[in-house]
Amino acid sequence: MSARDRILAKLRAGQPAQPLPAPVLGEHFGPRAGTDSPAQRLARFRAGIESFHAEVHITSEAGWPELLASLCADKKIATLLYGADTHAGRRIADAPFAGTTPRAWAGPVEGLKADLFHRIDAGFTQTRGAIAETGTLIVWPSEAEPRTLSLVPPIHFALLDARHIHPTFFDAIHAENWPAGMPTNALLISGPSKTADIQQTLAYGAHGPKELIVLVINAEGEPQ
Amino acid sequence: MSAQTAHGSSTEKPIAFVSAQALRERMHTAVNDPHLRSSFRGAMDFLMAKRAAQFPDESELASLRSLSEGIRQYSLARLPDLLEQLEASLTKNGVQVHWAETPAEANAIMLGIAQRHQAKLIVKGKSMVSEEIEFNHAMEAAGVGALESDMGEYIVQLAGEKPSHIIMPAIHQTKQQIAKLFAEHIPGVEYTDNVDALIQIGRRVLREKFEIADIGLSGVNFAVAETGTLCLVENEGNGRMCTTVPKVHIAVTGIEKVVEKLEHVAPLFSILTRSATGQAVSTYFNMISGPRKPGEKDGPEEVHLVLLDNGRTQAYADEQLRKTLQCIRCGACMNHCPVYTRIGGHAYGTTYPGPIGKIVSPHMMGLEETHLLPTVSSLCGACGEVCPVKIPIPELLIRLREEAQSEPHANPAMVGQGAGYNKLASFGWRMWARVYGRPGSYRAFSWLATRFRMFSPSKQGGWTAARTPLTPAPRRLRDMVKDRR
Ligand code: SF4
Repeated sequence: MSARDRILAKLRAGQPAQPLPAPVLGEHFGPRAGTDSPAQRLARFRAGIESFHAEVHITSEAGWPELLASLCADKKIATLLYGADTHAGRRIADAPFAGTTPRAWAGPVEGLKADLFHRIDAGFTQTRGAIAETGTLIVWPSEAEPRTLSLVPPIHFALLDARHIHPTFFDAIHAENWPAGMPTNALLISGPSKTADIQQTLAYGAHGPKELIVLVINAEGEPQ
Repeated sequence: MSAQTAHGSSTEKPIAFVSAQALRERMHTAVNDPHLRSSFRGAMDFLMAKRAAQFPDESELASLRSLSEGIRQYSLARLPDLLEQLEASLTKNGVQVHWAETPAEANAIMLGIAQRHQAKLIVKGKSMVSEEIEFNHAMEAAGVGALESDMGEYIVQLAGEKPSHIIMPAIHQTKQQIAKLFAEHIPGVEYTDNVDALIQIGRRVLREKFEIADIGLSGVNFAVAETGTLCLVENEGNGRMCTTVPKVHIAVTGIEKVVEKLEHVAPLFSILTRSATGQAVSTYFNMISGPRKPGEKDGPEEVHLVLLDNGRTQAYADEQLRKTLQCIRCGACMNHCPVYTRIGGHAYGTTYPGPIGKIVSPHMMGLEETHLLPTVSSLCGACGEVCPVKIPIPELLIRLREEAQSEPHANPAMVGQGAGYNKLASFGWRMWARVYGRPGSYRAFSWLATRFRMFSPSKQGGWTAARTPLTPAPRRLRDMVKDRR
């Protein structure tokens, strides 16, 4: 018998005869989803993520590439890495950057690991949405926007469509039926990386990005 | 620089289990260390206040706790089925699943993977299970470097120590001590006790390692059976580094961590971060459902999951003890424990300190070695009150005391049952029960006790070590009541 079979056999022998009823999550989360308007959800998301030291800018579908370019100039970003093969990526390619070189991710990470770790100042990704309750971005890395794009560069720019802000994590899983197909990696991101491991003193920029900058588009009331 | 020169002294001997006598001495030393006491007191007060601030609404906390308890109990009731489902889902996703009954088996599996890849350096995200199995020691004995990358774990590894808290491993170290450690162990680093500067030093050193490491190791907070997803909770980003940058990712976890549905992690994740560090949410929640797919540009080429038993099946077999496995390792029970606050995490001598350590270690190590642990408690009940999944820790402590102290018998529920059995003490208590259980003999005994009170011994073992001796009262309560009538 293998270790697997022995472990399973012991568990089966000890398993309670009666299965327990399946937990009902809706009772807890139903009332929490609330009746917040999209604007209230955005406000809640914003208050949350700002309390975790992220920077939030409300912009527009038309205007965000220009804002991104000017933020990059302000922060003296020499190289901005992004995924080219996306809707947002095509906009970046046409954006009016001055002093910043936008670089499209090309090929497997092995070919650009050294640059990624040492020479890229910022990474740009789209987001799948966000969570109002906690001030959290939902990021699903993809072929176009690899996992390390939101991890290794010291600054992470994230583009958020305000129409995709869910009340809670539970609501996001349900509304988008995540169990039907998870990507190889899915992330919830709430601020730049941090640690309080030295004398409970909070320090930002532990191992991941030191800064997280969120560009919000399609906020309610925004001129479309 | 060779990848093996992880500046650490983790090759030092692991803390083997401490005997009952040594445990008493360690606690004594800890209690008499005012520096240690004040640093733990301060840290625990801080964590308790942060947790309390996360639950301003009693009814929300009550609802979330009941839900979380329900999910953990439901998952455990279906554990063997869910483990099989998890294995099938992960395998479908391209993750290789391994099973280990003992720490040695788990280490052998992981060493095998490391050797197949000719790995020189393994970077590690925070994993208490890897501490439980002495992973670093096993790897380094075989010539493979194992470097901790969580800031707290890195500090503890540099110091040649073990974590003193399951969430904040270096909570016993002051920034001055850490500054000295860094200056001594990291080439080119000068003494600074500026916390930001220290973190930036750690960041720089460890980033070099993420870049060159062959394997990344991590624990697992929740494993989702329906989707084959491994979930990791962290703030620093080192967990993401370990599971994303090296070409192989190995996750190691206890068999109890599985839940059925993805939605089940939503409440557990929420109550975990709020109970642990008083954060509404951690910076990252990392859901891994497979290695790099064709077309993807990064991520590990291989992902392995090692499922460890190490005594968990023993706890599982008993309805009451099974509750031990509900634990989501938040550490709230330690933060609220008056004993932990006074003696710190190292005095216990076990990988998991504090209340959770007292109820889980006896299954991992047997009662022969741990029979004293369940008595390191005042049974004040604080741990049970704050536990996010409502583990009745005080009840389990009493049960473990019974298992340890009762006369050895056939078919015990636990390895080492009766290890603390003392014939004389048992006889004494039996006699006491006989005398006190009958009105006649009780009356006679109390009459004699008041008359012969001057013969009470002045040395009464452990009691008089720190207290005045017990002496019967000059008059019995019943006599005083009689006088007043
Ligand atoms: S026993 Fe409860 S309080 Fe203690 S670590 Fe586990 S879940 Fe947290």
